[in-house]
Amino acid sequence: MQEIVSSVKRNYIADLARQRKRVDGRGLDQYREISVEPGLIENADGSALAKIGNTQVLVGVKLQKGEPYPDTPESGVLIVNAELVPLASPTFEPGPPDENAIELARVVDRGIRESQAIELEKLVITPGEEVWIVFVDIHVLDQDGNLIDTSALAAISALWNTKPPKDEDWKLKKFPISKNPVTVTTAKINGEMMVDPCLDEESVMEARISMATTEDGNICAIQKGGSGTLTLQDIDKAYELAVTKADELRKYVK
Amino acid sequence: MEEKPEKLIVNGKRLDGREPGELRPLKIQAGVLKRADGSAYVELGGNKILAAVYGPREFHPRHLQQPTTATLRCRYNMAPFSVSDERKRPGPSRRSIEISKVTREALEPVVFLEQYPRAVIDVFIEVLQADAGTRTAGITAASVAMADGGIPMRDLVASVAVGKVDGTIVLDLNKYEDQYGEADMPIAMLPRKKEISLMQMDGNFTPEEFRQAIELAILGCEKIYEAQREALEKKYSANLGGE
Repeated sequence: MQEIVSSVKRNYIADLARQRKRVDGRGLDQYREISVEPGLIENADGSALAKIGNTQVLVGVKLQKGEPYPDTPESGVLIVNAELVPLASPTFEPGPPDENAIELARVVDRGIRESQAIELEKLVITPGEEVWIVFVDIHVLDQDGNLIDTSALAAISALWNTKPPKDEDWKLKKFPISKNPVTVTTAKINGEMMVDPCLDEESVMEARISMATTEDGNICAIQKGGSGTLTLQDIDKAYELAVTKADELRKYVK
Repeated sequence: MEEKPEKLIVNGKRLDGREPGELRPLKIQAGVLKRADGSAYVELGGNKILAAVYGPREFHPRHLQQPTTATLRCRYNMAPFSVSDERKRPGPSRRSIEISKVTREALEPVVFLEQYPRAVIDVFIEVLQADAGTRTAGITAASVAMADGGIPMRDLVASVAVGKVDGTIVLDLNKYEDQYGEADMPIAMLPRKKEISLMQMDGNFTPEEFRQAIELAILGCEKIYEAQREALEKKYSANLGGE
């Protein structure tokens, strides 16, 4: 199902964008209020609830033993999954994950995987036979826009919160995580680039671009979405915002 | 997959003999299928990809129809025998569902969808043989197929991947470079306005490398655009009795 936005609201948001203003009074480079609460779920090996404005995403990490992928016998396995549960939005329906849930999981996955935040090579029990599988489950609880950044923030916070499982095969002192990738999404409305789109803005935007960066300012993952286009200047602007805003978001990862 | 080669770039040349900014051999044919409203076939290196377009046609079930615009649907699919290692299980995977979504979003900006309210345009991309860069070659093929089918469009969409191997920015990654390189960035562009309609990336780019990669992708897309136009001109000049 799709979000329905009246054309009055649509025009209002677009007109505001032309004046470099936003529906909720924010600046174009301003996030809504952010909070992260780690360790909420005692039964998970790691967890975090992230909120950006009214959007809430809970991520739980579970560590389980299993077989490695045949092409990487000496590496642990990372599996990221996302569920858009129906309690989070009138447009979410029960059933197998749709393209939005799959895209969300894969974008968050790439940010974590490509930054090499988790030292997967340390998660081997018997090379080629048994390794630790890190399950990162994204549970969207309230959808008010910008699920990508909220989920990525919850996921990396949950991984930093992950404690060693009580298992004799676990030999490490702590969960091997070393980096802090953060994803920043910028939406294009009426030609203006603005960070952290809320739900109304998302349903009006021409396109969005999400960039995951690490502490050194390098880019580790990008995803453009939406049915419009971006100019080269738009992409430069998105990168600039991604780096400055990532520093701000990173303070919430604990 | 074979062993990782020690070096992917030797004396400034890539393992397949290409310069960093060179495309693999590219062949595009328009109008290759009888039944489809539009179709195209693309070979890029070892990639063999067919695209077909059906529509605009009536959209069923009717409650999905959009009253002010046509709906574009895309399906990217890989044949089970298209890959060099184990047989790919038929049917949609998480990967192919994501690729179908970004492909649709890459093509939507060029189609005058508002001219066909309630209708649907279906784009089918079949990867018959995969050799890295299938999503971009699929988009290249799909946009030629749409033009061949007479779908009203603002522009074609040209698409190619760029990446980083052994610290060098290269155009149109081959299978080794895709597997063992340090970054991969598929891009689709509307060549006339130089606007980007698809951008994905994974790996590691410094800001400087990122800019360099975008510039190289634009050059690559321009070459692909050239070949797309030639393919369309060839088919339609033949129909007019020319050549």
